[in-house]
Amino acid sequence: MTGGAVNGSTGARDVAVVAFAQTVHVRAADNLSEVEMLMPVLREVLDRTGLSAGGIDFTCSGSCDYLAGRPFSFTMALDGVGAWPPISESHVEMDGAWALYEAWVKILTGEAETALVYSYGKSSAGDLPEVLTRQLDPYYVAPLWPDSLSLAALQARALLDAGETDERELAGIAARSRNAAEDNPWAQLGGSPGADALLESAYLAMPLRLHDVPPVTDGAAAVVLAAGDTARRLARRPAWIRGMDHRIDAHSLGVRDLTDSPSTRLAAERAGLFDPGAPPPGLAELHAPFTSQEVVLRKALRLGADTVVNPSGGPLAANPVMAAGLVRIGEAAARVSRGEARRAVAHATSGPCLQQNLVAVLESDGSEGGGGGKGVGQGQGTGTGEGPGTGEGPGTGQGEGGHT
Amino acid sequence: MKAGQRRQPQSLSHLTGRHPPLNAVPSPRVLSAPLVVEFPFTRSLGPVQSAFLSGLRDRTVLGVQASDGRVVVPPTEYDPVTSEEIRDLVEVGQEGTVTTWSWNGSPRRGQPLRHPFAWVLVRLDGADTALLHALDAPEGPDSVSTGMRVRIRWAADRAGTITDIACFEPAGDSFEPAGEREPATLPEPHTGEFADPVTGIVAPARLDYTYTPGRAQSRYLDALATHRTLGERCPRCHKVYVPPRGACPTCGVPTGEQVEVGPRGTVTTFCVVNIKARGVDIDVPYVYAHIALDGAGLALHGRIAGIPYDQVRMGLRVEPVWAESGRYPDHYRPTGEPDADYETYKELL
Repeated sequence: MTGGAVNGSTGARDVAVVAFAQTVHVRAADNLSEVEMLMPVLREVLDRTGLSAGGIDFTCSGSCDYLAGRPFSFTMALDGVGAWPPISESHVEMDGAWALYEAWVKILTGEAETALVYSYGKSSAGDLPEVLTRQLDPYYVAPLWPDSLSLAALQARALLDAGETDERELAGIAARSRNAAEDNPWAQLGGSPGADALLESAYLAMPLRLHDVPPVTDGAAAVVLAAGDTARRLARRPAWIRGMDHRIDAHSLGVRDLTDSPSTRLAAERAGLFDPGAPPPGLAELHAPFTSQEVVLRKALRLGADTVVNPSGGPLAANPVMAAGLVRIGEAAARVSRGEARRAVAHATSGPCLQQNLVAVLESDGSEGGGGGKGVGQGQGTGTGEGPGTGEGPGTGQGEGGHT
Repeated sequence: MKAGQRRQPQSLSHLTGRHPPLNAVPSPRVLSAPLVVEFPFTRSLGPVQSAFLSGLRDRTVLGVQASDGRVVVPPTEYDPVTSEEIRDLVEVGQEGTVTTWSWNGSPRRGQPLRHPFAWVLVRLDGADTALLHALDAPEGPDSVSTGMRVRIRWAADRAGTITDIACFEPAGDSFEPAGEREPATLPEPHTGEFADPVTGIVAPARLDYTYTPGRAQSRYLDALATHRTLGERCPRCHKVYVPPRGACPTCGVPTGEQVEVGPRGTVTTFCVVNIKARGVDIDVPYVYAHIALDGAGLALHGRIAGIPYDQVRMGLRVEPVWAESGRYPDHYRPTGEPDADYETYKELL
């Protein structure tokens, strides 16, 4: 396995998420180009931190031209940043979580003090399960055109056969996620019947039913990272990245044990999630587009009853491909900043059946509880007429005393 | 809200928060058009892949021995754990065991079978890893299970691709040697040498999209249909972008204000095209130019006609000639006005 192991807690600089914004995720943002979809979230994180595009030291984005079938769409998206005069900029053909990783490393090296990270995906333009076949092994797998649902179903079957889960547990994960999303104004789907009712539905890709699979989503997200005192200046309650790592499992599905995710476990270990004496995370935002994948990730990350999983609803409630992983980091950071947890774990994935995995551990300063102030996330301004984006989220005022 | 239901568009207010809406002008109807991206990928093969695919063509299945002794099928050029180069080929069986499966009730374009089938990972006899393929199971999902025995059904025409295996089919409970060898003798060392080895594959790929240009370009295209050219002005630097993309790349802000530009403009720079493009019915040589429409902050591209190619010059004043469909300028022709002064367009080259 390969990957970069850099642990932010071992003498390197402290880096924090100081702002996060996401679009309202929708099935099809038909009336917007990618840059039009992206611009509001860029403006929001810049305005919130008081930074201009030219004042950001490094910009990194994540997107995939195959989603909307538009070559070099990421260069068009740069129009929304304001990239002239030339800025220091990079792009990954990956989820924005990996763009955030690159930006984090850039800050750790001392080459940047601040970074803007964004990603977007307009999956509605194509047939997503078919588009995703193009990321597979081009010699032995892609010529068979196996759609993403079928591959996830192979993994679900392996889990069922191994006794790691059952269809009722999977339905419960779906119901819990979509019910949680009712409190998330940016989610695409919210609310769910109970597991019993869900299990009455027909199979979509046996053993997966409709509720086990994520929606097709258009959406975008943006994050601002900053180092040390800059972070403290830009946000009253930054969410510190205590460690982050990403790892990959073997290329071929038939080589892997699909019921496990060694790459997630190793990334979590390198990110400091299992450090001796560290409390369990209060919450986890897991990039598990399919219900069955949450089962694998919980095991690999050793999450127990102390950890709330996907309070945002997760990718089962909104799955903007290429942004969904970055949204996990942003959601976890915003919730740490709001005081919902002192310590959180965020996870992002790429490839079929959790092939590549990124794990980030986020913490608040500890000296402050929740409450008002300038958090990193969008406010929960539903129905107030102000809307989010004010950066003056109400906070929950519920610090997790048990984890201090 | 019920599962599967979409949130209503009014939540779009959250997109903009306290900031001004993305664009105060009501959106025109959403334009869309089919977009097909289609091309063949030509890929060369490494020695292990070449042996494997040559073998499939000759109805022989090869694996490769990994550093830990495991037999990897389909074989890779490198060890899946240590990444070392691996080269020791072995022949494995043509029957195997399903390690996991899923049911595909609605096959898609390009998939191995047109009727409902199971996707399977199959560990062939003598192999330690599994191969992804389709299982033809005419009796439906109830007839498929993990652990079931299956055998390769070869394609009638084989060319050295993974689809030389048409699919798998149920093999019943007995170990019937489908290939030349008894399962007990597998895996067996193999030289990997075949007459006329396969050295590459050509993989056709086609993806179908519905292209939607977004607000700014929809307005631009709608205006073009009425023979007007709409640019958009940046509220900060006041530059007028044509065609507009909705954002000022200098300032990074939405360009909300529509500005009609042209119809006349100035050739700022040009080139003479001497190579005929496939599918374009224009005689060479012809001139392709940067044209700064009057009022525009940057030049757009267009063909110049109505004047011999060797008389086109910087500063030439031109106007659009609309295509028969009337939806876009087919080319630009001279207006007969005096040439523009260089100072007026030197920033628009």
